[in-house]
Amino acid sequence: MAIFINETTRIIVQGFTGKIGSFHAQDMINYGSNVVGGVTPGKGGQTHLGLPVFNTVKEAVSQAGAEASIIFVPPAFAADSIMEAADAGIKYCVAITDGIPTQDMMTVKNFLRRFPVEERMILTGPNCAGTISPGRSMLGIMPGHIYKQGNVGIVGRSGTLGYEAADQMKRLGIGISTSVGIGGDPINGSSHRDILEHFENDPETKVVLMIGEIGGPQEVEAGLYAKEHMTKPVIAYIAGLTAPEGRRMGHAGAIISSAGEGAAEKVAILRELGVHISPTPSSMGETVAAVLATL
Amino acid sequence: MDIHEYQAKDILSGYGLKVAEGGLAYSSEDAVQRAREIGGHVWAVKAQIHSGARGKAGGIKICKTHDEVEAAADALLGKRLVTHQTGPAGKVCSRLYVEAGTDIVKELYFCFLVDRSSERIVMVGSAQGGMDIEELAVTNPDAITKIYIEPAVGLQDYQAREMAFALGLDPEMMSHAVKTIKGCYKALRALDVSMLEINPLVVTASNELVALDAKMGFDDNALFRQLKIAELRDKTQEDPREMAAADRGLSYVGLDGDIGCMINGAGLAMATMDMIKLAGGEPANFLDVGGGASAERTEKAFRLVLADKGVKAMLVNIFAGINRCDWIAEGVVQAVRKIDMKVPLIVRLSGTNVEEGQRIIKESGLPIITAETLAEAAEKAVQARNEVVAKEAAGEI
Repeated sequence: MAIFINETTRIIVQGFTGKIGSFHAQDMINYGSNVVGGVTPGKGGQTHLGLPVFNTVKEAVSQAGAEASIIFVPPAFAADSIMEAADAGIKYCVAITDGIPTQDMMTVKNFLRRFPVEERMILTGPNCAGTISPGRSMLGIMPGHIYKQGNVGIVGRSGTLGYEAADQMKRLGIGISTSVGIGGDPINGSSHRDILEHFENDPETKVVLMIGEIGGPQEVEAGLYAKEHMTKPVIAYIAGLTAPEGRRMGHAGAIISSAGEGAAEKVAILRELGVHISPTPSSMGETVAAVLATL
Repeated sequence: MDIHEYQAKDILSGYGLKVAEGGLAYSSEDAVQRAREIGGHVWAVKAQIHSGARGKAGGIKICKTHDEVEAAADALLGKRLVTHQTGPAGKVCSRLYVEAGTDIVKELYFCFLVDRSSERIVMVGSAQGGMDIEELAVTNPDAITKIYIEPAVGLQDYQAREMAFALGLDPEMMSHAVKTIKGCYKALRALDVSMLEINPLVVTASNELVALDAKMGFDDNALFRQLKIAELRDKTQEDPREMAAADRGLSYVGLDGDIGCMINGAGLAMATMDMIKLAGGEPANFLDVGGGASAERTEKAFRLVLADKGVKAMLVNIFAGINRCDWIAEGVVQAVRKIDMKVPLIVRLSGTNVEEGQRIIKESGLPIITAETLAEAAEKAVQARNEVVAKEAAGEI
């Protein structure tokens, strides 16, 4: 099953013919993702990487049956591309772009809320590494080979820290159903909580690893959801124990701006809510293994 | 990006916010001149640094004569002010704002900020102004009013009225208050403001609403379309190392520890710093070199980390995704050969082509300590740092 994407998901790349879009589109094709084309306004009708280029997402949906999209459009134009995908009927969209203005993301979120839930596009990112259902489909920029197929769901803000988790798990022989990057921005398409809900409903996923960090309310909201609505165990690691208050740690959203947003505080609340805690970033794999052993 | 009070007041007065008459001064002569131009008998001489809580730190002086203005200016210019927002290093004051005294009847708190939970702009106000709002949120949360703004339609008059009543304003001030509040919101939307705080907003003896202070922060991601705002950047208020890093396309935050770090990815960087702390050390910095991590970038990052003379050991932790460990190893070896490194270097590589990367480091003949796991890397870094400190204590270095 996995969530969001599998081997049949028909994928398009927005910002297809650019340097970054081309590089990662090829990488996704090599991984086995079902890429059916791409969108670059003005280049419709051309062929790129052996696939059709469309002028609009609507054309990609009607002519190539696109269901999922990945966005490599520069920050100034990315919000527009996300809304175009949503309006064209794309079901799942990953926005890789880093540096989208916060007000643009507020507009995007508001735009998405206008659609009835069942027709609403699911957006993950921006400023993320993407989503991978190992062995089936990769919609992102991650090194696909470090992910083993299995039944642990991963949701995290960070790209490389997510790789670290996947690598630790692979060494222990543990596989992943789907790994979802929600990105490091303060306002993002889907929250930790949103992704937990999808994993809870996915029969293949047995446990979920949530990789959070300082700043914002999302990890705690996810913990509350897990306590009240989930049957599956959740394991969490929260990065940023040494981060000082009021300083932005790389990610636009990684800043402690009010009480409860520090790593130690989030860990204490999550533990209280019954979430299993990986005490260090090097024990994510072991902690998942220990929880799996109890099932 | 933050700006100064005088800049914020200049912007907001263009959107209808009333401020006291004031002028900028770079010297005590300037300050006295500004006081003369303003006239009257009371002036506030205010240190312009990027921080709130300046009053508590002695950064605002009320003066009743021109001599007092001169003395206040002399005392503040060049002074390092430490507030709870600046950190222990404080910020140096090199500009003053001289403002006419205001006849205050009542002090209020008012701000707009981005609420991450509702993903909306929230307007926050309290009739108990002039104090720390975070403190008030704990001691008397009912005294704070929050109004969420629907982004598609924007701030409505009724919401501005609700806020004005919550602030305890007289009904006859209502239209003035609504205009002021809506003006601030308009500025916020037009200029990609991420935080706008007026603390205190005061009611004067003549029943006017005046911003006694104004603080604005802007969304860094939106500066590409706010060129006039970007010009207001005051580099003297920012950490020079962080500025240098930003100019080189690196994300750096200076900290107080002594183990330098170079990592790819913000999350992995924070996690590596956590591991250092758990192993008994303290990181000297946060540094995300990003996805590319070419040899050139690696060298720049090394120079940046080692520019901090307090660094006693350096830890490199790279998880190669798109790039490859062998490329990164080459970059590290090149950087170490170019820079005369005086402190031990610990390198942990993981991901694509890791064996090849480790071989390059081993065969370089350089005294680089390698580690396989994150935990091992942090432990070795702390151990190496402790050895350096012990040698220093014994007078061997």
